[in-house]
Amino acid sequence: MQSARLAVDIGGTFTDLALEQGGRRTTAKVLTTPAAPEQGVMEGFQTIIRAAGVAPSDIELIIHGTTLATNAVIERKGARTALITTEGFRDVIAMGNESRYDQYDLNIVLPEPLVPRYLRLPVPERLDNTGKVLRPLDEAAVLALIPLLKQENVESIAVGLLHAFVNPVHERRIQAILRQELPDVPVSLSSEVSPEMREWERFSTTVANAYVQPMMARYLRRLESDLHAAGATAPLFLMMSGGGLTTIETACRFPIRLVESGPAGGAIFSAHIARECGLDSVLSFDMGGTTAKVCLIDGYKPQTARTFEVARVGRFRKGSGLPLRIPVIEMVEIGAGGGSIAHVDTMGRIGVGPESAGADPGPACYGRGGMHPAVTDANLSLGRYDPSRFAGGSIKLDAGAARDALLADVGAKLGLTAELAALGVVEMVDENMANAARVHAIESGKTYEGRTLIAFGGGGPVHACRVAEKVGINRVLVPSGAGVGSAIGFLRAPVGYEVVRSLYQRFSTFDVAAVNDLLEDMRSEAEAAVEKGSFGAPTVETRTAYMRYVGQGHEIPVPLPNQVLGVEDIALIRERYDEQYARFFDRPVPGSDVEIMSYAVVVTTVTAEVEPPPRPDSLFTTEATPVRTQLVRDTTTGAVSPWAIYDRASLVPWVTIAGPAIVTEDETSTLIGPGWTAMVNGLGYIELTRDA
Amino acid sequence: MSHETNALAQIHRQIMWNRLIAVVEEQAQIMIRTAFSTTVREAGDLSAGIFDLDGRMMAQAVTGTPGHVNSMAESVGHFLQKFPINTMRPGDHYITNDPWLGTGHLHDLTVVTPAFHRGVIVGLFANTAHVIDIGGLGMGPEGRSVFEEGMYIPIVKCFDQGKPNETFFDFMRAGSRLPVELEGDIYSLCACNDAGARRLVEMMDEFEMTSLQPLAQFIFDSSYRATLAEIARIPRGTYTGEIYSDGYEEPVRLAASMEILEDRIEVDFAGTSGLSSRGINVPPAYCRAYSCFGIKCVVAPEIPNNWASLAPFRMKIPEGCILNAPRPYPVSVRHVIGHLLPDLMMGCLHQAVPERVTAEGASALWNPPLRGGGAVSGQSRGNKPVIADFEIITFNSGGTGARPTLDGLNATAFPSGVRTMPVEATENVAPVILWRKELKPDSGGAGRTRGGVGQIMEIATKGDLEFAVNATFDRVAHAPKGRESGLEGAAGRVTQKSGKTLRTKGFQVIPDGDRLILELPGGAGMGDPTTRDPALVARDVRDGLVSAANARALYKVALTDALAVDEPETTRIRLHT
Repeated sequence: MQSARLAVDIGGTFTDLALEQGGRRTTAKVLTTPAAPEQGVMEGFQTIIRAAGVAPSDIELIIHGTTLATNAVIERKGARTALITTEGFRDVIAMGNESRYDQYDLNIVLPEPLVPRYLRLPVPERLDNTGKVLRPLDEAAVLALIPLLKQENVESIAVGLLHAFVNPVHERRIQAILRQELPDVPVSLSSEVSPEMREWERFSTTVANAYVQPMMARYLRRLESDLHAAGATAPLFLMMSGGGLTTIETACRFPIRLVESGPAGGAIFSAHIARECGLDSVLSFDMGGTTAKVCLIDGYKPQTARTFEVARVGRFRKGSGLPLRIPVIEMVEIGAGGGSIAHVDTMGRIGVGPESAGADPGPACYGRGGMHPAVTDANLSLGRYDPSRFAGGSIKLDAGAARDALLADVGAKLGLTAELAALGVVEMVDENMANAARVHAIESGKTYEGRTLIAFGGGGPVHACRVAEKVGINRVLVPSGAGVGSAIGFLRAPVGYEVVRSLYQRFSTFDVAAVNDLLEDMRSEAEAAVEKGSFGAPTVETRTAYMRYVGQGHEIPVPLPNQVLGVEDIALIRERYDEQYARFFDRPVPGSDVEIMSYAVVVTTVTAEVEPPPRPDSLFTTEATPVRTQLVRDTTTGAVSPWAIYDRASLVPWVTIAGPAIVTEDETSTLIGPGWTAMVNGLGYIELTRDA
Repeated sequence: MSHETNALAQIHRQIMWNRLIAVVEEQAQIMIRTAFSTTVREAGDLSAGIFDLDGRMMAQAVTGTPGHVNSMAESVGHFLQKFPINTMRPGDHYITNDPWLGTGHLHDLTVVTPAFHRGVIVGLFANTAHVIDIGGLGMGPEGRSVFEEGMYIPIVKCFDQGKPNETFFDFMRAGSRLPVELEGDIYSLCACNDAGARRLVEMMDEFEMTSLQPLAQFIFDSSYRATLAEIARIPRGTYTGEIYSDGYEEPVRLAASMEILEDRIEVDFAGTSGLSSRGINVPPAYCRAYSCFGIKCVVAPEIPNNWASLAPFRMKIPEGCILNAPRPYPVSVRHVIGHLLPDLMMGCLHQAVPERVTAEGASALWNPPLRGGGAVSGQSRGNKPVIADFEIITFNSGGTGARPTLDGLNATAFPSGVRTMPVEATENVAPVILWRKELKPDSGGAGRTRGGVGQIMEIATKGDLEFAVNATFDRVAHAPKGRESGLEGAAGRVTQKSGKTLRTKGFQVIPDGDRLILELPGGAGMGDPTTRDPALVARDVRDGLVSAANARALYKVALTDALAVDEPETTRIRLHT
């Protein structure tokens, strides 16, 4: 029997599973069981091994991703956590950057810190920015906290001291004292969880890690033992937000690195599709029920970042969440999904979202009591869906209800018919997504020229062509199997680990030896983490320096050579910095010194090369046969015309379809706009090209 | 069909408006990413916008700070007077820091850049940013005229058809303590306007536009109509208010009389104190900017800023008053007074729409400009060590005023929109040590809703060597006032650790071995404190933000030993109030 690999993705509503064995894929979907998530997993496990006809012992690897950590933070269901911190700085996580995320709203609410003030416990100690001790740690003061920690039943402790990322001596001493006095309470150190400059982000990350740790560790151990009991003795790997896999030991220590692993899986899914099709430069576009997520993928690698905001209180507003400084796949999340509700603002402008009708009551056309028009209602009113076949026919859409809601909330206020109101709503949501994608590219120093958009999620393939047009993309790809994209992505993820450390230096006084020592240290830490799961598979190492002009605010990543650096490499690194800077910002600044803030070392297993499917001679392509036509209104011109409708299941490779047309399948519909031509490729993916 | 064509055109204009706002947001983001001054990149003290050929602002980035809002909006008109549209060429960039043609002090640079589409000038991009150093005395109130406060840049070309004006840049480099940062910032301001212009051209191609004028008219019509509709919801009448600043040499009274009319809101500042001999004077554009911001937060917070949405707010600022400083009065720290204007506006509006305004807050930013080294301690002090040269400013805030249904925000900037820098970052750029930076108990004004809590900062240099602060603090002699029986927030304090009280304004040296203690004001409360939910009082006591003594004395809430609400005792003392 060939060995199999299993991926499990726990989302808010569904737990998705994907199993691959010898090139054959089986998928399953079961309901998530929030109280004890391992129950849902085990149910799915039994379902999928039955369906695939494999024995538990045939499984060689189990990969797991979950939103549990994120949800614990959002729902404030983590451990009772205390923070031990430098005297004089107990309010760092409450004061943040002292700003408001909305300039004009007098009634904004800021996120509550995960640790209340009375459990933020200052101790006398202080280091300076070079790590020198200005004030020794008062160990008696640490010991004096023990009775309070016991009395308050503290279940987890974060330690965050100023400048501890330079010198962890005091944090480690506090940890030793706590181990002695409270051996059962886990301790998270800021110098280990997120060893980087900027105390608010570092403390916030450390506190969040401590907050989710007991629950995550218990859950992961329970899951492991349930799987063992079911005969699945394969090692369990966890998907991290940065896109790599890690061992259960690392996951239990740094569970904060598991937040957003589901969306990360989606991005890796896209990256894999890009690799299969030989697409070097991609925009991943995943539009679901409440949000859309975009991610830039270059050279088959999703763009990564080092900061992330979790649990935003002002919906999707930057600055309204808790900052986390961890390696993440960088995604922009927009409050724009099928359930996003349309309204008219005081200036008579159509607005869409971020309020969402969710799955319940859902859009007005679901007929479950939703009274306000959602994006799905607008798509239906434009003729883009067949009311009887939506979601594989499981939901019968009520076109009348959609029309009524559009007319009441939008049309009547602007003197528009329901159909034109629908057009306005769809154009606006497409514009919003395109604008967010455009700003994201700017922030990343990238462009959309020559990029391919990979669309998935229920709404992605519906809106892809128009969003592509708006950002200037001429090629769209709609893969298959997008319903469990994240889980499939897990199966493609390399085993990897990223170590980031701060070491502040100016280029003019660059200390090569110190950097070599640091990088060597980081390499062994990353390799040790990967070794446990790579089983000797070949690995690859990438080194990056985060650099900026002296005085500038945002660092840019600069690739470093994988070797012991010599004095002669300094010029090379400076050259690479100038190159990268020009790519981001056009104009270099003459005569400025450069400073290096931190370094990252990533060690991952090598991703297998995939050959793109061969293309047939163009003579052999044939036009596909539509199953019927349907009247659809085009959002660019407003014109109504009969569009050809195709059934995806009946399309064979290399057939072509000229837009305007719609390809339907159970999970979504692919819209081929006027001026676009589609072809099904050798893998069964739909490739759309904009006519020149 | 023509109805449908019109409807489609209407939808398309909305899409274009949306796009224009995205374009200026991109412009602002590029500035934040590329700027050198911490004031821009970390603090966000900036503004960006697009203007039509008549110099009317069409859209402004959401990112940015209110002080720059309509002052920058007014500024573009001044550029056009000196350099008319028909003289502008692609690749030109124009710059000024004239406080009366820009945004109120020499530290703010404003750059204007024409945008060309198919060889024809179609609009202008402008941005404003606060740079760290512009020479002169440095940020602070000590100047007796604007000429002492720094280099004065009239409206000039800094780039001529893409070529840098090297004479201009020579002057800049020579006149600043931080030449690299200043030059880098100017490059960054120009680059971000270029990026905006490129994006605009793409947009015009996509929507097949040849001119911005029809879109401008649509934006102005919609915004003006919407603003008038919001004004109509405010009861007509004339409302008055006053507020006091500590001033430099003497307290300053700011007085306003606000008239709500059918098509506008007019504010008359008659009764306001006269000019100061030091740099706390406010140029009129800056007075309009913050007054307008205060009104807009209450009256029309959701309407985007543009020429038409700002037009219905009119300010009458008498000559000779501190809010109408003429050239060459010193204006360097005009924000100290200017930041009180939203509180003054809300004092007036409270009489009309009490459910929509907040109590007074700490308001004025507490930005300690710190300097050390040779410029403070001389080249040598005998054998005593001197700290390495440094010049920094951090942005810090006290508490905001209590809101009708919510407590004020603790240590949060309002009305300014700036952010503070991490202590670790500050300590990496200058040899300073912040020994303490935390919330200050009992500083939030008591009320049904509590004022935001202020903070305490303890600042020294490495080795406790001598350094100086150019104090620009307020709300020390005049605490934030509550509304509807809410109590005052705690006043600020400026002292040395050894106990000496310092002046709130002006250059002062902290000697060897001593430290600077800043106690930032708390916001004021709203409503009778004895009507506050006792559970919230108990929470505040447990968190150490309110003392048990104040809980009892001000809120009439008694607590048990375990810091829970003592219900019977609370009922008893509340009954006897």
